[in-house]
Amino acid sequence: MNQELTKKLAPGHTTCAGCGIPVIVRTILGATKDPVIVSNATGCLEVTTTIYPYTAWKIPYIHSAFENAAATISGVEAAQKALLKKAKLKKSAKGGSAFGGKAKLVVFGGDGGTYDIGLQSLSGALERGHEFLYVCYDNGGYMNTGGQRSGGTPLGANTETEPAGLDSFGKSRNRKDLMEIVKSHGIKYLAQANVAYPNDLAMKAKKALETKGPSFLLVLQPCTNLWKFPTSRYVRLGRLATETNFWPLYEIEKGNYVINYVNKNPKKVEEFLKEQGRFKHLFEEKNKKVIKEIQKSVNGNWKKLVEMSGSK
Amino acid sequence: MTNKIYKVKAMTGGTAAAEFLRQAEPDVMAVYPITPQTPIVETFAKMKANGKVLTEIIQVESEHSAMSAAIGASAGGVRSVTATSSQGLALMHEMLYIASGLRLPVFMYVSARALSAPINIHGEHGDVMGSRDAGWIQIFSENAQEVYDNSFIAMKLSERVKIPAMVIMDGFHTSHTVERMNVQDDKTTKKFLGDYKPEKSLFDFKDPTSFGFLALQNSYFDFKIEQAEAFKEALAEYKKITSEFKITFGKSYDYFEKYKLEGAEYAIVIAGSASGTAKEAVDKLRSQGKKVGLLKIKLFRPFPYDNLAQALKSMKGIAVLDRAISLGAYPPIYSDVVNALRSADCGLPVSSYIYGLGGSDILQDEIENVFEDLIKWKFSKEIKYLK
Ligand SMILES: Cc1ncc(C[n+]2csc(CCOP(=O)(O)OP(=O)(O)O)c2C)c(N)n1
Repeated sequence: MNQELTKKLAPGHTTCAGCGIPVIVRTILGATKDPVIVSNATGCLEVTTTIYPYTAWKIPYIHSAFENAAATISGVEAAQKALLKKAKLKKSAKGGSAFGGKAKLVVFGGDGGTYDIGLQSLSGALERGHEFLYVCYDNGGYMNTGGQRSGGTPLGANTETEPAGLDSFGKSRNRKDLMEIVKSHGIKYLAQANVAYPNDLAMKAKKALETKGPSFLLVLQPCTNLWKFPTSRYVRLGRLATETNFWPLYEIEKGNYVINYVNKNPKKVEEFLKEQGRFKHLFEEKNKKVIKEIQKSVNGNWKKLVEMSGSK
Repeated sequence: MTNKIYKVKAMTGGTAAAEFLRQAEPDVMAVYPITPQTPIVETFAKMKANGKVLTEIIQVESEHSAMSAAIGASAGGVRSVTATSSQGLALMHEMLYIASGLRLPVFMYVSARALSAPINIHGEHGDVMGSRDAGWIQIFSENAQEVYDNSFIAMKLSERVKIPAMVIMDGFHTSHTVERMNVQDDKTTKKFLGDYKPEKSLFDFKDPTSFGFLALQNSYFDFKIEQAEAFKEALAEYKKITSEFKITFGKSYDYFEKYKLEGAEYAIVIAGSASGTAKEAVDKLRSQGKKVGLLKIKLFRPFPYDNLAQALKSMKGIAVLDRAISLGAYPPIYSDVVNALRSADCGLPVSSYIYGLGGSDILQDEIENVFEDLIKWKFSKEIKYLK
């Protein structure tokens, strides 16, 4: 594998074939030359990279629990400040040696660890203004534990804990608008990205990592296993999410919205849904109204976003 | 040379804790308020506001995050501390095991208080007893002086054996009660504690460490055995550190305090602030020629089974007074004392009493009555309540 790419996260991890999480991690961490420390919430990334006695991490890494990756990095950041104060860390960002320079602090958490159980600790860390980048890789469910619904699971998806059945069309509610929740903390930079657009992701990572204070990235991560689609369709599926406006690419920089990808003729959301086993049941006659509902919400969200960005 | 430059001051347990923290000047302190811990963090926050310490204070949004941040900081290779009580300690519970499992010497004060429901803010040991299997060193303090002194021992021990430590004071009875105590001078205290030199740190970019592995069936057990071994080491190191403490500060501390156990036939075992009242009961009965004594628990985890059995085995009978209830079972200190005696092949009769739950008072004559029961050979398997 490309040596540059695997400088921070080695290929020796055990994610499923076709999983985009390592691409997300490498793209983001590749956007800085500074030393980096990673805090990771319990979830797919964590269990697939740190099976004792091996670690795929070639940079300092800490996993402490599921709901507290942001609180953990708060402590790391305070330690960094203390060390800087004691001049044990050189202020230059060259790195290389022990205590070689100020490090970038990056958190990775899944949607369960971010929208749900970790929301409080994320909110606290954002409000306190620690300098760190929080990355939520959003695969729309608790995937490490086998595909249960989270607050990030989209309307209509079939999950293990809110399954489709005679009396149910799957997830009965829309997902939370996490971007708006995070934005309301008044942080300087946040963006929504998609692993299927790595250049866009890298650009956002760079900006986020150069932000003074907290920054946030919400990155779509299609899960071949639990969205149920062939690994060969991985990038295609990610792109469809954006081409249908289901997952717009945008930034909020100092409160200003910028859309990074504008569809002249957005595809119907059906195109995205029909490729995935988790939405298969929506194409049954009795559930077709749910597809309409999803399309309505996609259109509404897009309209709002366009208004916010001041474009037409 | 024993330090002679100490000052006599009037302090509560809470301010004594803050005074220790001022001298130790940890790099990071995570704070979240809960009564009766607040005097510790508030006093310390004022010290910081007045430029007396460099400590980075993190105003976390919960105790779960307090312990998480303390863990993050400790993994960052610096001295990190926090303080809590009751519900806060319960909320941290998950993270207590992670601090100890990662072998991080996080230091914490617990101003011990009852747990809800019903809600009650007063002194009790129910909260800390709920953490007794979490892999932390636990030291009970009788008064403000002991809070202060135990802190030196606990912090040094914790860093030496890589086990997090909690110094326990009784909520209100100790945390809020003003007492006369000795405060050592800054230079000597700093020298005693020395600098914290971590084995591993997140800030080592040359030799990066991963903290927090996934350990499967083939390795998890070994991690736990390693922690258990570290606790054995902690028992031995505690002895050494208390000797260093005696050399520096001129005061002797042992695993527990023996009060008039010499020549005693009947003894009470007790922990925390009620020990003071119990000592007065002992004095009174001794003055009447009754052969009674007291053993005050200090180091509770690791529990000094052998030493405790040696100290008690020549008694005729014992009563253990717990300030905690273990619903559906005998209370914690009682169980440990019985285990200690059993493993020393000593079959002494031991009675169990529970007192002081939710801050309820315990009076000297109630303790005298416990001794009278022992003397009258009124032992029973039934747990008795002093209320
Ligand atoms: C307090 C707590 N509750 C539940 C769990 C079980 N658990 C571990 S990982 C996980 C799912 C994580 O989901 P997500 O954050 O979406 O990340 P992903 O697995 O998709 O990577 C769950 C439920 C846990 N480890 N800790």
